[in-house]
Amino acid sequence: MENIGLLSALPINELVFFINKVVIAGLIIGSIYALGAVGMTLAWGILRFANFAHGDLMTLGAFIAFMLTMAMPGLGAYVGLPTAFVVLPIAMAVTAFVTIFIDRTFYVPVRKTNPKPITLVIASFGVMLMLQGLIRLFFGTAPRQMYVGPKEIYRIPLAGRDIVITEPQVLLIVFTAVAIVALHLFLTRSRTGKAMRAMSDNADLARISGIGTAHVVRVTWIIAGSLAAAGGTLLAMDVSLKPDLSFNLLLPIVAAIIVGGIGQPYGAIVGGLIVGFTETLAVFNWAILLRPLKPHMPDWLELPASLTFVPTEYKIVVPFVILVAVLIWRPNGIFRGRVL
Amino acid sequence: MSLLSMRDIHAGYGGANILNGVSIEVEAHEIGVIVGPNGAGKSTTLKALFGLLTVSQGSVTFDGKDVTNARPENLVRAGLSFVPQEFNVFPTMSVRENLEMGAYTRRDDFRHLIEKIFEYFPPLREKHRQPAGELSGGQRQMVAIGRALMMEPKLLLLDEPTAGLSPRYMGEIFERVIAINEAGVGILMVEQNARQALAIAHKGFVLAGGKNSFTDTGRALLDNPEVAESFLGGGAKH
Amino acid sequence: MKATMELRTASLFVFLAGVVALIFIWQGNAYALRMLAEAGCLAIVALGLNVQWGYAGLFNAGIMGFIAIAAFGSMLVSYPVNPVFWQSEAPGLLLRMGVVVLIGGAVTVLLSRIHRYGVPRRIRTLLTVIAALATYMMAQNALTPAAGIIEQNSGFIGGFGLPVGLGWLVGGVFAAVLAWFIGRITLGLRSDYLAIATLGIAEIVKAFLKNADWLTRGTLTVSPLPWPVPTASEVGFVAARSAYLSITAVLIVIIYLLLQRGWASPWGRMMRAIRDNELAAEAVGKNVNRRLLEMFVIGNFIVGVGGAALITFGGIFDPSGFLPINHTFLVLIMVVLGGSGNNLGSIFGALLVYVIWTMSEPAALILFSHGAGWLRDVFGIAPPDDLATRALQMRVFVIGLTIILVLRFAPKGLLPEKIVKYE
Repeated sequence: MENIGLLSALPINELVFFINKVVIAGLIIGSIYALGAVGMTLAWGILRFANFAHGDLMTLGAFIAFMLTMAMPGLGAYVGLPTAFVVLPIAMAVTAFVTIFIDRTFYVPVRKTNPKPITLVIASFGVMLMLQGLIRLFFGTAPRQMYVGPKEIYRIPLAGRDIVITEPQVLLIVFTAVAIVALHLFLTRSRTGKAMRAMSDNADLARISGIGTAHVVRVTWIIAGSLAAAGGTLLAMDVSLKPDLSFNLLLPIVAAIIVGGIGQPYGAIVGGLIVGFTETLAVFNWAILLRPLKPHMPDWLELPASLTFVPTEYKIVVPFVILVAVLIWRPNGIFRGRVL
Repeated sequence: MSLLSMRDIHAGYGGANILNGVSIEVEAHEIGVIVGPNGAGKSTTLKALFGLLTVSQGSVTFDGKDVTNARPENLVRAGLSFVPQEFNVFPTMSVRENLEMGAYTRRDDFRHLIEKIFEYFPPLREKHRQPAGELSGGQRQMVAIGRALMMEPKLLLLDEPTAGLSPRYMGEIFERVIAINEAGVGILMVEQNARQALAIAHKGFVLAGGKNSFTDTGRALLDNPEVAESFLGGGAKH
Repeated sequence: MKATMELRTASLFVFLAGVVALIFIWQGNAYALRMLAEAGCLAIVALGLNVQWGYAGLFNAGIMGFIAIAAFGSMLVSYPVNPVFWQSEAPGLLLRMGVVVLIGGAVTVLLSRIHRYGVPRRIRTLLTVIAALATYMMAQNALTPAAGIIEQNSGFIGGFGLPVGLGWLVGGVFAAVLAWFIGRITLGLRSDYLAIATLGIAEIVKAFLKNADWLTRGTLTVSPLPWPVPTASEVGFVAARSAYLSITAVLIVIIYLLLQRGWASPWGRMMRAIRDNELAAEAVGKNVNRRLLEMFVIGNFIVGVGGAALITFGGIFDPSGFLPINHTFLVLIMVVLGGSGNNLGSIFGALLVYVIWTMSEPAALILFSHGAGWLRDVFGIAPPDDLATRALQMRVFVIGLTIILVLRFAPKGLLPEKIVKYE
């Protein structure tokens, strides 16, 4: 058939490699960033400060899920899903509760003294260190596995080579999609959701309109905490659970938030995906894509063995460059968030 | 008994007091207007009324209840609504959503109220899905007032509603204010356009230096030569 | 009022001296001297942070990066020469790379200005980006063979074998240059943004130093770092550390006096005016951004000198050993607790916080082994193997808690800045 002939002319091998290493990987990490960024940006927009402890909330959520998984390893088998995923809602709830507790105990007293914005940031650093210390205290620094049994791996054959995607990755993508839709409905259809948008727009006017700001703040923290727990757990399911999960996530998440505009949840989602894909594109070895062209190129043109924009060890540079670039050229972000 | 009674109010932003003994009385269904030179404390009076600054001395009574330093949520529930001068809409939310936010503390079906707002301000009807931040100044002001009306307040506080508007919109806003008042809502308005405002006022309060200067009906103040001399340049003198 | 302040300062220092004396008795001279010497180096770093944060109001969350780059500079200058490197072709190749970077960089900068000659902005940006990328790739190409040779033959490029004191100064200069570049780009930003930008820069610097094996031996580390005074192996711990401590003490005094002089001068008054009311200062015509950049650079120079001294004391250059907790947040809490805007406060804060930090190590271990023993006896739960490392994490928690407590109860610090009132 003609189709197969056409397909075999394309560099399928390299294309699948590209899809695996860039498209799928970008989607995965982008979704994690999106989940983290949405929660943090909502709180940032409404409370006017960057909660640097957010990364550690993600780690905390993952560890809670881990503990629950270890306590009831067989639970997942009943439903045909990994246990860590089944206990995720509980982990989300607990993390949300902890988040509210942290706000009430540590942030509210500082807010009451009418501080400069930087003081709240320093306070969030304090909370970040407390969480980090506690987590490492209880769990040590060694990596843990979230899976009790083996992971399911799905292969989609495409003319000879397979597109590989694992079960936790599929769960992540599905969860993120559902979460985005749910959040959208919440923000546009529900009374509290609209009140959140109102407060983010104009907190004073919201108060004047009689909107109970304490309630809105509480709901914001619940969303932030739950999504953080989800993002952390799903990431740990994909890779492994390490305490320094948090620090490596913080910079890309903040980059995602600033790209999308502070306080803009849709911007945060788009920003997360942008940062994720830029990362995978930057560390991809483009030389591989050029290989099929080798027979067509003159002899004197030598292909380098490795053609990456950024070596993998320097991956952290990517979100940072994005961050600085956006701050300089378009500080409001894509969705015109607030410049605080 | 007056609907609103502010007696000898002293208030400020923490340091020095801006208001040094202001008294305002508004009856139900009346239009009260506060005028005076810049810095006289006109806007501050409204803010002190609505609990946005601390009242250190004096009392505020609304509808028979003492509401001195009450929280905004409680004032809204009591039937008092405030339209600030600036930043008075939710810019990324649609016109309709802005109105919905005005009705936040209501528990009933308020769609008929949105209809009524559209009757007062027809241009808003076709723009009801547009983000409020994209509207012109005059239309934004309509949204701002509409939002405040969603609570069906007994008294509506307006802080310089015609500030920065073109003369055409200015006239329209004043007309609407009269219409709203005729429908039964009391109005207390701070205005820079003293002449036009006093012309529609049942009661006028001239403030200067944080204190009452003249108090009379709108007509009487307009006819008063002293008042005319000091303030009725409509702000152009200053 | 002034008398109370001086009394307070004096009594706090006396209290601190008492605590230190107790440590001498409990843990012995060598241990206590090490703690003091390290605290002294950190006091210098704290003074540098105070310049940026306490005086200029610039929140630098990336102190770790400046310490790291300064330590690197110091190592480069003072580490013994590596003859194998100099005899190979590598220096020539590196020179070539340097030339490429210079020319390419110059071209890029020139291109970024052509819009003044009528070239549309979009094209200018495109050309600049292309030039930058091309420079990067060519430099990378020139670097790879050089790095390969270096790592194969000689390990790393070694140093220049110059005196350690010079090394510290050069370290400070490295930090200052980094500060200049970062400051040019980011100082116009608001404080949360500056925090994130500096945080990111620190991580990048660390990643670079960790992976450029040809330059720093990466994870294999470089040791021993040369000392400005005779080392412990020559004269014993107590003598060596005392000598080191004396040098740091002298440095602290010099820097303190210079800062106090500077702050009392007309220039200092202007800086204070800028910090207290930037808008007003700008209205009066002061070039605010220029001044802030000055403070940022000067502050980080001092941070660099202190950082170089600190790492030199430790004797080993290990990029993986740079941790935000130890090298950024600890200094931050020192300045905040001591009293930002007050130099004496920063010195005091540095000493106090470091004493607490150091002492919490044995304290946590005792606490946790008792706790573990109790758990074992009462519940039959076996303690985890890595109890010792876990116990140290308690310090992190305590530092975090201290930050919150200070912000809540003593936001101006223990020795707040003296505000001169003109009544």
